[in-house]
Amino acid sequence: MASHPGRLRVPERSDVPPPVHGVLADERTTTSDGTVVVRDLVRAYGLGEGDGRVLRGLDLSIAAGEFVAILGRSGSGKSTLLRALAGLDHDVHGTGTIAVPDRVSVVFQDSRLLPWARVLDNVMLGLRGPRVRELGIERLAEVGLAGRERAWPTELSGGEQQRVSLARSLVREPQLLLADEPFGALDALTRIRMHGLLRDLYARHEPAVLLVTHDVDEAIVLADRVIVLDHGRIALHVEVGIDGPRDTTDPRFADLRAQLLAALGVPLTERTHP
Amino acid sequence: MSTLTAPRALVAPRPTGTTRIRRRTTRRLGPGRTLPGGAALGLVALLAVWTIGSATGFLDQRTLSAPWTVVTTTGELLEQGRLQENLAVSAQRAFLGLALGIVLGTLLALVSGLSRWGEALIDGPVQVKRAIPSLALLPLLILWLGIGETMKVVTILLGVFVPVYIHTHNGLRTIDARYVELAETVGLSRWEFVRRVVLPGALPGFLLGLRFAVTGAWLSLVVVEQINGTAGIGYMMELARTYGQTEIIVVGLVLYGVLGFGSDALVRLVQRRALTWRRTLAD
Repeated sequence: MASHPGRLRVPERSDVPPPVHGVLADERTTTSDGTVVVRDLVRAYGLGEGDGRVLRGLDLSIAAGEFVAILGRSGSGKSTLLRALAGLDHDVHGTGTIAVPDRVSVVFQDSRLLPWARVLDNVMLGLRGPRVRELGIERLAEVGLAGRERAWPTELSGGEQQRVSLARSLVREPQLLLADEPFGALDALTRIRMHGLLRDLYARHEPAVLLVTHDVDEAIVLADRVIVLDHGRIALHVEVGIDGPRDTTDPRFADLRAQLLAALGVPLTERTHP
Repeated sequence: MSTLTAPRALVAPRPTGTTRIRRRTTRRLGPGRTLPGGAALGLVALLAVWTIGSATGFLDQRTLSAPWTVVTTTGELLEQGRLQENLAVSAQRAFLGLALGIVLGTLLALVSGLSRWGEALIDGPVQVKRAIPSLALLPLLILWLGIGETMKVVTILLGVFVPVYIHTHNGLRTIDARYVELAETVGLSRWEFVRRVVLPGALPGFLLGLRFAVTGAWLSLVVVEQINGTAGIGYMMELARTYGQTEIIVVGLVLYGVLGFGSDALVRLVQRRALTWRRTLAD
């Protein structure tokens, strides 16, 4: 059993059998109204700390069209949660129930464009139908890449590649958009521009969004609700509730940031004040 | 206690007798700019040595025919129709063996690369086959298949499918797992996954294998034709050896060289066309 000096945590007896590689015993259903419901979600890796559990009985609901940001330190289980919702966790042990909408799109930290397919083919990947091409061109224009349909992914900058990846996720008209640190690899200026773009796209298409990030400001700027994960559980749950443009100099913004940083365990002295 | 001294560069330069200023340059470690027509330079030099050697009588005509003799002999052989005839037979063998070998190698690589069972069953035997030169199998193949066309095509096939398999399989296995994940999130079917991700991802490996295969096909051809031939370039050369016709042997050699080099250049051209998406150091 792992002991954490200085943290009070009652060690529980695990109701999870010893981690066996890739035994998923969860119940996965589809919701028709675009909501997300997660109940008692457990995920364990063979080589985690203690009993290997990364998510420990997590409950989460996301309303249709709601923008939720998840903050957490490395290893808090935020990416594991996202992968569970995306159905990408084949090699973990887990239980619980997950209900997600039918149409789910994922945006990864890397743009994950197929280097051998042109930009438009990347956007249309896996789609068929008469209007798919038009829709792809439309979405590309929406992310500011009109006329770049025939470009190779390697010819684009990092920010442009991530725009293509956004277009690829939106062309599927998702009811739930899962974004795993989508702007983590971009430079600060590009990131600010991408925040604006994502806000616009969200307003227009209104999917429910689950944004995993480690950037507190990004979470406050973008989300309706911010959740802090710690050791596989929800440690804090706050509504952003700032109307209109969210300015970092707004005192409510600063309060929220302080609250979130405290929940993330960043000591006061290490916080940078603007 | 230690005293701090400025690094040498910051200290005023020591007075030296000379006033010559040497510009400090970074040493260039790359091979430098490409030479114009560089690819042909070595060949031209070789030809020049050959020509000069023959013209000065340094090279005996019986040892190595002069370049012009080779040219005139080629003309004669073309007039008699012997060259075209033998070349057609050789080309047919090479292409048949090559085509069948490519298909076999690609299919095996796909099965082995896409399923664990396939890999468990196929990869071992192919690796063993790889360790045995196909030419070493020749005695056995002659016993099984006789000395006819089948034996010749099968020998070429056996030499061809291994490099195609090895490189295609390697290409398949090195496809980034992140693309597999992507394929899952966008809901590709198995066939779409193969077509959109697996095949294009393995194409660079396949084409590299193809380059080895093409060269290997001509190599195997030489051996099978010289052993039990009744037609073909190798047979023509073997016959010439019996009659001591050095010039015909040299014509055959030149022909093999041209064919091998030409087909390799062809594959490289295909490679450049098919892989425009790739930006590498060589570009």
